[in-house]
Amino acid sequence: MAQVMMKDLNKKYDEVHAVKDVNLHIRDKEFIVLVGPSGCGKSTTLRMVAGLEEITAGEITIGDRVVNDLPPKDRDIAMVFQNYALYPHMTVYDNMAFGLKMRKFPKVEIQKRVQEAAEILGIQELLKRKPRQLSGGQRQRVAVGRAIVRHPQVFLFDEPLSNLDAKLRVQMRVELKRLHERLETTAIYVTHDQVEAMTLGDRVVVMKDGWIQQVGEPLELYGKPANKFVAGFIGSPAMNFVDVKVADANGALWAETQGLRVKVPPIHTSRLVPYKGQQVTLGIRPEDLQLASGSDPSEYVFDAVVDVVEPLGSEILLDLRAGNSTIVARVEPTVRLKVHEKTRLALTPDRAHFFDLKTELAI
Amino acid sequence: MLIERKWKRWVYFYIPLTVFVVGTLFPFYWMLITAIRPDAELYRSWRAATNTPFWTLQPTLEHFRDLMAKTTFPQWLWNTFFIAVVSTAISLFCGLLAGYALARLRFPMAGTLGTSIFVTYLVPPTLLFIPLANIIRTFQLGDTPWALILTYPTFLIPFCTWLLMGYFKTIPKELEECARIDGATRFGAMLRIIFPIAVPGILSAGIFAFTLSWNEFIYALVFLSSPEKKTVPVGVVSELIRGDIYFWGQLMAGALLGSIPVALVYSFFVEYYVTGLTGSVKG
Repeated sequence: MAQVMMKDLNKKYDEVHAVKDVNLHIRDKEFIVLVGPSGCGKSTTLRMVAGLEEITAGEITIGDRVVNDLPPKDRDIAMVFQNYALYPHMTVYDNMAFGLKMRKFPKVEIQKRVQEAAEILGIQELLKRKPRQLSGGQRQRVAVGRAIVRHPQVFLFDEPLSNLDAKLRVQMRVELKRLHERLETTAIYVTHDQVEAMTLGDRVVVMKDGWIQQVGEPLELYGKPANKFVAGFIGSPAMNFVDVKVADANGALWAETQGLRVKVPPIHTSRLVPYKGQQVTLGIRPEDLQLASGSDPSEYVFDAVVDVVEPLGSEILLDLRAGNSTIVARVEPTVRLKVHEKTRLALTPDRAHFFDLKTELAI
Repeated sequence: MLIERKWKRWVYFYIPLTVFVVGTLFPFYWMLITAIRPDAELYRSWRAATNTPFWTLQPTLEHFRDLMAKTTFPQWLWNTFFIAVVSTAISLFCGLLAGYALARLRFPMAGTLGTSIFVTYLVPPTLLFIPLANIIRTFQLGDTPWALILTYPTFLIPFCTWLLMGYFKTIPKELEECARIDGATRFGAMLRIIFPIAVPGILSAGIFAFTLSWNEFIYALVFLSSPEKKTVPVGVVSELIRGDIYFWGQLMAGALLGSIPVALVYSFFVEYYVTGLTGSVKG
């Protein structure tokens, strides 16, 4: 168990600058998730921690050792790969025992640890089988088992659930979380799935184009995204973005565009004053929009026309048009609205977000 | 399921297959029948009333006996075997390491190197034997097995390298990455994980290399001159055709015995061989 520090980490391939100035302090026992679209540098960062990619510039510390020049085998880490990477010519037992054998553990100890890990993961009956005789979920368990028998300082997960079907993925996600609570080993987990990131991570690192966009606890990322990218990436369905003009009228600030005019909520007023007369991006999460009732203050209400209705059972997603903007709202399943029907939407004022049009940073 | 018409199956499958099988196997049958046919039948006029070209009623082992007694055939067999095994071993060793490096390591000019290795394979032996003969003479290796053991790798190494490189590329690289994290060095991962998985590929490269050197003719013809030093393909042709006299029976007996080891090697490893050429590894 150890903390992991990344200092000014950079990775350049011939022409691609894959990871740019990454600084990250992963605390002991923390479960941290790197998330981002493909090509954002998250896997490369993980592979540099593992020692599978050379570090172009910067420093990685595991525990209190700088590991830049240590080969993977001496970093005391274990990694789970997306394609499981089970050794096809070995039985499950030998797969799990391989790392211990390489480290010259006594046979009795190996047996004890493999049994222990197999019990935790419920794969005792599979120990004599070969990987090709296992289902996807079982292979995943073996891969995790192979990592935990070693009692490493850090677990590295490279999209470990991506090859599983949706149902199994949810189940394994829960198991991984439970496992982490039990083992309390520092873990770095890479995924492109923001739901996985939010549910698993103690903290989540959002990356794009090699840069870290924001680091924070899941709800912090959700509630206070640092920029438009994070706001749009975290949350499903994604946040609605509408480009609006900040206008001054009747002693208050208004965000307006064709067919949509709402008052700037009080908590944002002071920060938006410098933007008076300029364009900004208004961000509203689908669940922060409701069908307007009489009690909603009229300055946060606007007209919209239903475009598409997506009933999901527990909720309904409405695709609506307000002026030129397309907006998704998440409403109660009891709402009965039809396509082309007119309605009025109210937004929750203190949950609105504003972003600078050029820098895309949150205002 | 499609229910096919019977005649279609015959036209598209059985008949072409039969033609192919008969066409392929007939020379072997001819070799066998000639090897066991007595001389009297062999040199009988084609139009003789008693001629039975496709079978014989008096099979004999006389030609085999002559082959063993009157020529140094056992010695040729041994020479061929020795040369084939040693040059295959050398080529396989180099091919394994080179193939692995080209498939896995990132180093400058890797692509160019891979291509140029392949290009050397394309130079025909009929051209290459001239400069090679010069080299062999300079090193005074003429008329020794080493002349062939050292020249065969000129075509075997590129061949093995390319076959194995292709095979290594089908093995997911995460397997050895995982092994390296698990505590193995790169070399250890190669030895314990990649090579065991690549056994079908290694075997097919080995079988192919063995067959190529077993059957090789032109280098053997040029570099060896003493009858007792020769390999089977050269020995049979040069010692059993004297002027315009063909000792058909012994020629075919020699050809038959010479092809048995290769046939044995293939039949033992046929399954590995097929997966080696077609198969890939699933993690």
